[in-house]
Amino acid sequence: MAGSRATLEQAIDTEVTLDWPDYRSTRLRAPKRPLVPLPERFRDLEGPVFGEDALDALDADLTQHGDGEPLGERIVVRGRVLDVGGRPIRGALVEVWQANAAGRYRHERDQHPAPLDPNFTGGGRCITDAEGRYRFVTVKPGAYPWGNHENAWRPAHIHFSLFGRAFVQRLVTQMYFPGDPLFEFDPIFQSVRDPQARELLVANFDLDVTQPEWALGYTWDVVLGAMGSNSTPLDPD
Amino acid sequence: MLPTTPSQTVGPFYTLGLCREPAHELIPPSDPSAISLGGRLLDGEGEPIDGVIEIWDHVARRWGRSGTDGHGRFAFTIGKPGRAGDDAARLDVYVFARGLLKHQLTRIYFPDERAANAADPVLSALDTADRATLIARADGDGLRFDIRMQGEGATVFFAV
Repeated sequence: MAGSRATLEQAIDTEVTLDWPDYRSTRLRAPKRPLVPLPERFRDLEGPVFGEDALDALDADLTQHGDGEPLGERIVVRGRVLDVGGRPIRGALVEVWQANAAGRYRHERDQHPAPLDPNFTGGGRCITDAEGRYRFVTVKPGAYPWGNHENAWRPAHIHFSLFGRAFVQRLVTQMYFPGDPLFEFDPIFQSVRDPQARELLVANFDLDVTQPEWALGYTWDVVLGAMGSNSTPLDPD
Repeated sequence: MLPTTPSQTVGPFYTLGLCREPAHELIPPSDPSAISLGGRLLDGEGEPIDGVIEIWDHVARRWGRSGTDGHGRFAFTIGKPGRAGDDAARLDVYVFARGLLKHQLTRIYFPDERAANAADPVLSALDTADRATLIARADGDGLRFDIRMQGEGATVFFAV
């Protein structure tokens, strides 16, 4: 029944735990005081709109940013950007960044002794279509070590940044790959305490998105809500 | 109702995706009304944070983004925002950083708007010390606004 399904969905706690000792650098950075609630009218405040003209046609294909093809497992990642009412958010700017197939970011502060790939910069962006759809072509990022604790490794992930229609729908998150054995050891993934909510961060392998003889396919939908709560739907436009 | 997708930290390497080109000038610096707005993003011990700041002028519909440098410094060129109704002129601000699992919302109000600030329904509901964390201060020809995540003088952050 639709009613019982809705009840189940509302029971999911999708908030991250900001002050999360397992993720060491939260200690001095997570706000310690309660957030001050703003009047509800600010939920309707519109956010910035980014036009197609801001983008290059190749921005959504991360395998086309070098002189040749990057190494690694070529993948297609696509999905829809929705509001909490399930309505597609069209014209949403989606920005992504990731490590290369060896688990190395093209960034001066990444000291992981894994090879850089001269043909992979690891940044991309696109704007959702009328149905709220986005699509990227890239290579599957590698897992990599980090200094949080002894033998700490991040599961493979792609960083996602999204703007909705409303200012409060802004979201920065990470998309993970199904079945990663590092999930249970990763304090960033585990900072979402509800296991059902963590599943919302994991893409689905999708044979229908896979392109024969060319690339594996994953789907991942993103739902944008209000800051500090996932309570009431935003007004439709 | 669908559950919202949880937030995750922006991490240390956000420039690859979020700073592909400069976006810190909301208006051209050559504009006669241009104002320099700078500040630092600081942790609970006053140390600089590697993060990214986004600001939004909802009246003029101007948006900008600045990563912080090794000293936690961010910098924008803005035009003074207009007022809307009883609300004092302000910029809406998001803070993203490694070690911050969800971005935080704050506001920048303007020091030359004493009467409007005193009447602003959000600002006037705060105590004096908290209110002071949201008002930029004059700094030479420009404005200065530091963001402190914790501790003495911690910036007020909002939920909506």
